[in-house]
Amino acid sequence: MASLFSASLPSSDPSYSFNQAPTTASEPRQHAFYPYTDNGGSTLGISGADFTIIAGDTRSTSGYNINTRYAPKLFKIGGDGPNNENARIVLSVVGFAADGRALKERLDTVVKMYKYQHGKDISVHACAQRLSHLLYNKRFFPFYVTAILGGVDDEGKGALYSYDPVGSYEREQCRAAGAAASLIMPFLDNQVNLKNQYDPNSGPGLEKKPREAQPLPRETVEQLVKDAFTSAVERHIEVGDGLQTMIITKDGIQETYSPLKKD
Amino acid sequence: MPGFDFSNHNRNLALHAQGVPLPKATSTGTTIVGCLFDGGVVIAADTRATSGPIVADKNCEKLHYIAPQIWCAGAGTAADTEFTTALISSNLELHALSTGRKPRVVTVMTMLKQHLFRYQGHIGAYLVVAGVDPTGSQLFTVHAHGSTDKLPYVTMGSGSLAAMSVFETQWKGELTREEAVKICSDAIQAGIWNDLGSGSNVDVCVITAEKTELLRNYITPNVREQKMRDYKFAKGTTAVLNEKIITKEEISKYVTVQDIGDGEAGVGEKMEVDT
Repeated sequence: MASLFSASLPSSDPSYSFNQAPTTASEPRQHAFYPYTDNGGSTLGISGADFTIIAGDTRSTSGYNINTRYAPKLFKIGGDGPNNENARIVLSVVGFAADGRALKERLDTVVKMYKYQHGKDISVHACAQRLSHLLYNKRFFPFYVTAILGGVDDEGKGALYSYDPVGSYEREQCRAAGAAASLIMPFLDNQVNLKNQYDPNSGPGLEKKPREAQPLPRETVEQLVKDAFTSAVERHIEVGDGLQTMIITKDGIQETYSPLKKD
Repeated sequence: MPGFDFSNHNRNLALHAQGVPLPKATSTGTTIVGCLFDGGVVIAADTRATSGPIVADKNCEKLHYIAPQIWCAGAGTAADTEFTTALISSNLELHALSTGRKPRVVTVMTMLKQHLFRYQGHIGAYLVVAGVDPTGSQLFTVHAHGSTDKLPYVTMGSGSLAAMSVFETQWKGELTREEAVKICSDAIQAGIWNDLGSGSNVDVCVITAEKTELLRNYITPNVREQKMRDYKFAKGTTAVLNEKIITKEEISKYVTVQDIGDGEAGVGEKMEVDT
């Protein structure tokens, strides 16, 4: 408002051909309490024919500082007891770590209550929709996180769901989230969905057929995940320290940890 | 007229008011240190250059030449440290020629602070100046606004607190050359591991009355491990819409063609690439 008024005042200062003069730096500004922080890091998920893999680095940052070199971003959901034994669903959260924890706590409670009330495990697609509702319930004070949910669906196929902070979600083959998402996602588009790749033997010029994407074998996917993260560590300062991986199959969740560069 | 061209200043001010962001410069995060020892001085730096959260260069050089026995470690805006040190280096050479004496470190420090103060901090160069001259071994820091310090051990950049913690726990008077190099490289490593703005390798420069030794990549604790997969594409993966071949004979009508073969001859500095 102040700027609109001052722009019309005649003055000896240089005038501008724009409708707005530069705002003066000395205007009084109120400093509000800001409840969010960005803790950096990245996550990624890929689904296969009968498995889903979810991975995330374990570094937690604020500004140029490292809070800790081991803060898990992957959480088992459901199962038995506080350690989630026999769980078949994994939630990964990246963004504001405190909101991530709060969200995981809520979803875990919901999934455990489901089994208590219905006497059977929740399906991944039902869990996915419930997570969307949890996020949208806080539409005007959102959980500052991008979530990825992984499991095995009713047909035994790998299932992967990705979310925005207010609950819009989609089932996908692969997804990267967090600080290095813009570095990892194009790599996944190219290597998992084979984007921008044509079949060399399918004719010349425009007659060339794009290569068809198909579910990748588990070993290949594990290698792609490792390479995605070691590359992200090279070029993003907020990614590093360790790589936590969870592979979900019909037989359960296999969790691994491997070190990443610590600089 | 020498100096900076300010003709775009008013336009840029107006654009900024319209919400157009200022262009982002490289490298604010850095760890640089310096330490005096018996008979000389050591300076050291990490080799990471950043642009926001992205690593712009994994192995850049932050130790700048001023004179054969005077070197500078730079933090802050990469272009400013580069150009300021180059400018002072040139002027110092002319000064040495006209006086017929070896240049002194205080002279460099004074020229730097006067240059930087004139620009009221807009030249974002934060420097550690070190060298040996006829008056002995000297070590200074120069801040972007023009203030200077003269101390036996110094740190600068975003990793300065991490690096200073090493000096404050391990430094003692009357160090040997080896002890000084060790404490400096340890201080840089504290920055590399604990400050996100610093990373990759350690560069060291040791200056004594006899000679200057630049130990480029003195420690390389962050070598990238082998990738799991091979990402070579099969020939023909990219769709080619049309193809035109220009022969060497044809192009020779317009430009001079020089065959360099497979060798390195004719090629400039070899480029560093990941395998």
